[in-house]
Amino acid sequence: MPKDHGIGASPKRREDVRFLTGEGNYTDDINVNGQAYVHFLRSDVAHGKINGIDTSAAAAMPGVVKIFTGADFEGIGGLPCGWQVTDKHGEPMQEPAHPVLAQGKVRHVGDPIAAVVAESVEQARDAAEAIEVDIEELPAVVDMKAALSEGATKVHDDLTSNLCYDWGFVEEVKPDVDAAFETAAHVTTLELVNQRMVANPMEPRVAIGDYSRGTDEHTLYTTSQNPHVIRLLMGAFVLGIPEHKLRVVAPDVGGGFGTKIFHYAEEAFCTFAAKACNRPVKWTSSRSEAFMSDAHGRDHVTKIELALDADNNFIALRTDTLANMGAYLSTFAPSVPTWLHGTLMAGNYKTPLIHVNVRAVFTNTVPVDAYRGAGRPEATFQLERVVDKAARELGVDPIALRRQNFITEFPYATPVAVEYDTGDYHGTMDALEGLIDRDGFAARRAESEKNGKLRGLGVNCYIEACGIAPSNLVGQLGARAGLYDAATVRVTATGSISVMVGAHSHGQGHETSFPQVVAEMIGIDESQIDIVHGDSSKIPFGMGTYGSRSIAVCGSAMVRATEKIIAKAKKIAAHLLEASDADIELKDGQFSVAGTDKSVAWGDVTLAAYVPHNYPLEDIEPGLEETAFYDPANFTYPSGAYACEVEVDPETGKVTIESFAAADDFGNIINPMIVDGQVHGGIGQGIGQALLENCVYDENGQLMTGSYMDYAMPRADDVPFYAVDHSSQTPCTHNPLGVKGCGEAGAIGSPPSVINAVVDALQSGGHDVTHIDMPASPSRVWAAMNK
Amino acid sequence: MYNFDYEKPSTVADAVAALGDEDAQALGGGQTLIPTLKQRLASPTTLVSLSGISEMQGITDEGGSITIGGATVHADVASNGAIAALSDLAGNIGDPAVRNRGTIGGSLANNDPSACYPSAALGLGATIVTNTREIAADDYFQGMFSTALDEGEIITAVKVPKPEAANYQKFEQPASRFALVGVFVAKTSGGVRVAVTGASEEGVFRWSEAEAALNGNFSADALEGMAPDADGMIADLHGTSAYRAHLVGVMTRRAVAACS
Repeated sequence: MPKDHGIGASPKRREDVRFLTGEGNYTDDINVNGQAYVHFLRSDVAHGKINGIDTSAAAAMPGVVKIFTGADFEGIGGLPCGWQVTDKHGEPMQEPAHPVLAQGKVRHVGDPIAAVVAESVEQARDAAEAIEVDIEELPAVVDMKAALSEGATKVHDDLTSNLCYDWGFVEEVKPDVDAAFETAAHVTTLELVNQRMVANPMEPRVAIGDYSRGTDEHTLYTTSQNPHVIRLLMGAFVLGIPEHKLRVVAPDVGGGFGTKIFHYAEEAFCTFAAKACNRPVKWTSSRSEAFMSDAHGRDHVTKIELALDADNNFIALRTDTLANMGAYLSTFAPSVPTWLHGTLMAGNYKTPLIHVNVRAVFTNTVPVDAYRGAGRPEATFQLERVVDKAARELGVDPIALRRQNFITEFPYATPVAVEYDTGDYHGTMDALEGLIDRDGFAARRAESEKNGKLRGLGVNCYIEACGIAPSNLVGQLGARAGLYDAATVRVTATGSISVMVGAHSHGQGHETSFPQVVAEMIGIDESQIDIVHGDSSKIPFGMGTYGSRSIAVCGSAMVRATEKIIAKAKKIAAHLLEASDADIELKDGQFSVAGTDKSVAWGDVTLAAYVPHNYPLEDIEPGLEETAFYDPANFTYPSGAYACEVEVDPETGKVTIESFAAADDFGNIINPMIVDGQVHGGIGQGIGQALLENCVYDENGQLMTGSYMDYAMPRADDVPFYAVDHSSQTPCTHNPLGVKGCGEAGAIGSPPSVINAVVDALQSGGHDVTHIDMPASPSRVWAAMNK
Repeated sequence: MYNFDYEKPSTVADAVAALGDEDAQALGGGQTLIPTLKQRLASPTTLVSLSGISEMQGITDEGGSITIGGATVHADVASNGAIAALSDLAGNIGDPAVRNRGTIGGSLANNDPSACYPSAALGLGATIVTNTREIAADDYFQGMFSTALDEGEIITAVKVPKPEAANYQKFEQPASRFALVGVFVAKTSGGVRVAVTGASEEGVFRWSEAEAALNGNFSADALEGMAPDADGMIADLHGTSAYRAHLVGVMTRRAVAACS
């Protein structure tokens, strides 16, 4: 019988009531009295020198409050990068300036040149059209290999080249890795592209800056996954606003997927302009602007090689990747192809020797940063594709080859610097095999062939590293921030509870799942507990939500704070019951003296805390409110095995997904329904990457896929009903809930199985196809069959 | 969008008069025009809505043919059923919001090279009725976004003869779900007509080689191995010209097979 409350129950998401009835409060729903509107004049060329900007005609247009250009931001900090990667020679990465508004040059289509603040959006737009910009177009740097060639045009004139860094991991091991390849019985090589993606959250970005002359206080309302990170970056590094004078509010946010982690120019602009104009200033991105100003994701070009011995054991792995940074370094961009990618290259396998090389490259394109999975999908895709290719070359069963090489003993220190605390890869593969009826595949394939279709089955494993930590380690790796989180548990006199959390919920369902934990710990009803998040003036300093970290990191802080609450409440109860605190037991919201029938209720204790008439004032303070910060000892390592079955129409190349199964190990699970939903959404995005989505620039740096007319988002009829299984559970060993995180798994784990299935289908039809790059669109699949 | 005046006449005559102004623009369902205005890519001084003209609404069945008012929305054509292939085509344009705003007259006047309706009009040998004349479909489509319409001329109705058999096969462009290639095949009293949309740089066209083959033998087998020349086919992110030419063959065979 499933639980109906507390940890492990699946109450419906309480936040959906407001989301589904139009009662959500998104940033664009906020209108501040007296607000003006900003329109950004953006570059329509990818690379150019700004010879002059004439705003005089525009400034005289109706409704114009003020026009800003890069000159207004001279002497003001640029957008900072939050992670410094050290290259294989021990040198820091090349780090270009990133001005709020372009200074001297534009470096990608969409780079903001000027900003018009006006009484209405349309007036701002009218005036922006009247700004005369004299731009001398320069050759655009688009292709990464060309960007690194001798004599290539430089995106940043003050850097030595377009190379951000050349990272080797672990560089000292490279000779051993190369030597292993010399002696290998078999080497499988694969060159592939992990294409550029646009996150496309349903809600576009919005920012409203507000400033009070009376108090010298700034407020920024913004669509962010991490308001405190924005407060720190923007306050300290861009605008020099003391943090206590800056409030950042991220109210309801309509999806982030990573792209709302970063600090953007528009946020800094609205905050700056609100003071300069003494007016609240609001910006709402159009979808077209989002395509050319939201950080993009992925965009790796990789060569991976796997060496096996005569018994098909993996003996060495090496990869060489070009990673596109775009025109500037977005907040966490340098960490994605390195520490979030290289450290995952062991996957689920005991490959003893691994070397990862990554060269990060500047191009005249929108900056690239974390997108759901962030480095881990790129690692998983290449590894699981090369393992599948090896199985085909060797003529062995792809599942058997994987099982043979699984890590089976934990903790396991990989050769790429991380230690998996726990896992059971055979367990998730067993669960997967229980979902997919592999024995019936031959019959299903025969049935498809009778209908003129090719059928394929693809399988892959994945390992994920979530809740990136601990802070002292990531600091050594180049992070310029801590990666703890925080929670304050505030109990009222009547026993209800507000939990102020540093994590931000924008689709993850925290408002439902977090109270389940506190309710379980205290033994009261979840309806007595609310989560407060997203407002830096209400919550403790937390690092926000990304990297599947919320329950593992912030949830752990919440547990620690609740433990403090319970410890203090027991002291109060002991006083009320005239017993020793050591004898007090808490169960189902009742404090009782062990071995007696004496008890007081939760509400009696909370009332005593705030009306301390009968209270040990000499020993403990009144009130019941506790804060905890939690800095994890390690990452968490969710893992799983996924399978996809496809049909390919050989006449058109169209791929349809017939079934998709996912067996994940997330450790302990708080709300199974929400976890299923996270996996469903992640797989949807993974299928989108595998079959549909592709952000394309032409050779001049023009964005070819700037709208949904050309950028193919997955729709409901592109995906099947999913079979998911989360029964294989090896709890995390180092956090108090034993949880691992589930937000990115679907997006990490699904693309390889889709492509493995497409290759399987094509080979079954006699086509000599060993790889197909994503998205496996109809035209690409048809071309592969007809090359 | 830029400012404009808005008029909603109730008769064709008033609409024609309103369109007499220079820079006035007729507004059908607005499914192309409104996004264009929002992107500031057009700046008409006056929008003349055709949606309030009752004589341009609805579908009448005249036995051997149907007449569809120029302002009739796709959803109404989809639910009509008098010509099943035409209704199926209309029912797969865009999404429900598009189908309940977009009109047949608007689509034919725009003549988007990837739109579905042009292939039906050409495939069925429809007659485009305007406020001044009647134009045979064969004379109406004059290349991508180009038609025989004069400035200010309004499509008031489309007369569509009922075919002996017909079918439309659409292969969707993955992002927009417009036709990457759409083929409308109709067996009519005057012979077989094969109209192709989405594929050609010249917009909708009749594939005469296929028509000749099908007039001799109306079966998919008659088209075995046939595809139009890839020269002149559209090449873009979603498919090469060779792929589109190939798809024309595939979709035509499927349409023929579905007719019988």
